[in-house]
Amino acid sequence: MKNYDDLMARKNEIMKTAVGIDYDEFELEGIAFDYERMMRDTGYSIEELREIQEEFFVGDTPILELYNLTELARKYAKPGYGARIMIKDEATNPSGSFKARRASIAVHQAKKLGYKGITSATSGNYGAGVASLAAKAGLDCIVVQETFDSEHVGQPEIVEKARACEAYGAEVMQLTVGPELFFMFLDILEKTGFFNASLYTPFGIAGVETLGYEISMQMREKYGKDPEAVVITNAGGGNLTGTARGLIKAGATDTKIIAASVDLSGLHMASDHDFNRKSFTTGHTGFGIPFCTNPDRSDVPRSAARPLRYIDEYYTIRQGEVFYMTELLANLEGLERGPAGNTSLAVAFKLAQTMKEDEIIVVQETEYTGAGKHINPQLSFARDRGIELFFGNPDDEVPGKNIILPEDPGMIDIKKLDLMGIKASYMRNILRQKDGADFSDVELNYLSEDLKLTAEEVNELIKKVKEG
Amino acid sequence: MIKKDTWVRIHSIALQPEERAANIPDDSKKVPLEFWTKGYLQADAEVGDEVEVLTKAGRLVKGTLVEVNPQYQLDYGKLVPELLRIGEDARRILREGK
Repeated sequence: MKNYDDLMARKNEIMKTAVGIDYDEFELEGIAFDYERMMRDTGYSIEELREIQEEFFVGDTPILELYNLTELARKYAKPGYGARIMIKDEATNPSGSFKARRASIAVHQAKKLGYKGITSATSGNYGAGVASLAAKAGLDCIVVQETFDSEHVGQPEIVEKARACEAYGAEVMQLTVGPELFFMFLDILEKTGFFNASLYTPFGIAGVETLGYEISMQMREKYGKDPEAVVITNAGGGNLTGTARGLIKAGATDTKIIAASVDLSGLHMASDHDFNRKSFTTGHTGFGIPFCTNPDRSDVPRSAARPLRYIDEYYTIRQGEVFYMTELLANLEGLERGPAGNTSLAVAFKLAQTMKEDEIIVVQETEYTGAGKHINPQLSFARDRGIELFFGNPDDEVPGKNIILPEDPGMIDIKKLDLMGIKASYMRNILRQKDGADFSDVELNYLSEDLKLTAEEVNELIKKVKEG
Repeated sequence: MIKKDTWVRIHSIALQPEERAANIPDDSKKVPLEFWTKGYLQADAEVGDEVEVLTKAGRLVKGTLVEVNPQYQLDYGKLVPELLRIGEDARRILREGK
């Protein structure tokens, strides 16, 4: 494995073979590409997606109204306030999470194009999703995950994901910490000729569109309206992008798209030391922010996950508050789930207090839990690594040093992120690529769509960032 | 002696510290990038030997034999007593108010 640079230089060529998409076709000029055409030409319609997912028994998950949690939130709200909190029980998908939706389309595509196997670089639920549906489709499967620190200590949640993938007959290659995982992944793709079930292809995103679409359909059928807000845990941006697109396709254009991430600021994602000091393996700011400010940092030339196109508001929440919420969900609603969906649930609990009683806020996912993933092993593991755990004020939480459980449910609080600041970081990345050159009209139009800003706002932002 | 076709776990170094990517934190750069996978042993061997395995996905991979019939090392951890209070508090608030 001495040919790191050689292999990396062949990246685009390998990816083209491994996903069956010629991304050059969608390039416009300069920094711009035709996102919607890419989604249309390589993706599937909602009807086709639903048919494929029906074959895999994916989707059509129930929406559960969390009566007790809503009542609890109302204790902390002004009279007449406290929206109805509902959760889409995505844990009921095969392999136990919404990731089955993304995997179903990738597996279908791999099968259709005649690939013998499928592979994915993921430490999360997506691996289990791909492995489970590859098993059903009769495809070989390799999952490559970042599992251990240099002391060979595995993050319990990731160790559990490996077990799940192996239960579905997949090979799991486990690595120590480092972004060179991508290099190992490219090597596997080139040598096996397997399909790359990237989370960032149009297939990986289109698969989630049904989630947003179902929310709208189910809510209209049962409550006669679309929800006022949908809260989505945000990491790589695919969950958010797909759900938002699905809601839009259903015509739910007034529903607010709320992003939620666990605050892990101060911990470096590629640091060997920090690796096992994170009690969340995804849904956190370490992925959420960089994938907003530079979506094309993913494993394909053009990422189909473009969260800034859809986010209306973005909030962070702390680790201790999400753990606390996971306990509330089990103890008040009898639902042992998470941790992933409980990030957005904790945010929804607080936001509901600011919304009227007849309004509805939907948390769009749950996930399965079990040994390793459950909050007890995660907190026990953190404590063994010297991280302090205590009841107190969540404001004092320092990621990697302590985890603070709120003294009282009323102390659950959220931080609103400055979306324009995130868009400014995105713009800084783009300006670096442009290296002083002016933007064409096509590029400006692209920026306006990619940032959900008017032409005027884009020009203002460029000016502001240039002035520093 | 571990017999050919036994299910084993192997370990290998993928990149030595000096071969690692430039843009990673110093603590990660000091250590090698390592990997593990599992497969059927291709010839009789002992733990610690350099071996080749056939993985579930049909790949032949070389590495050091580290574990025979590898066991999953995961559980629910030591009890975290703080968790006991959370549900109790919430139920009391629902019953009696804040």
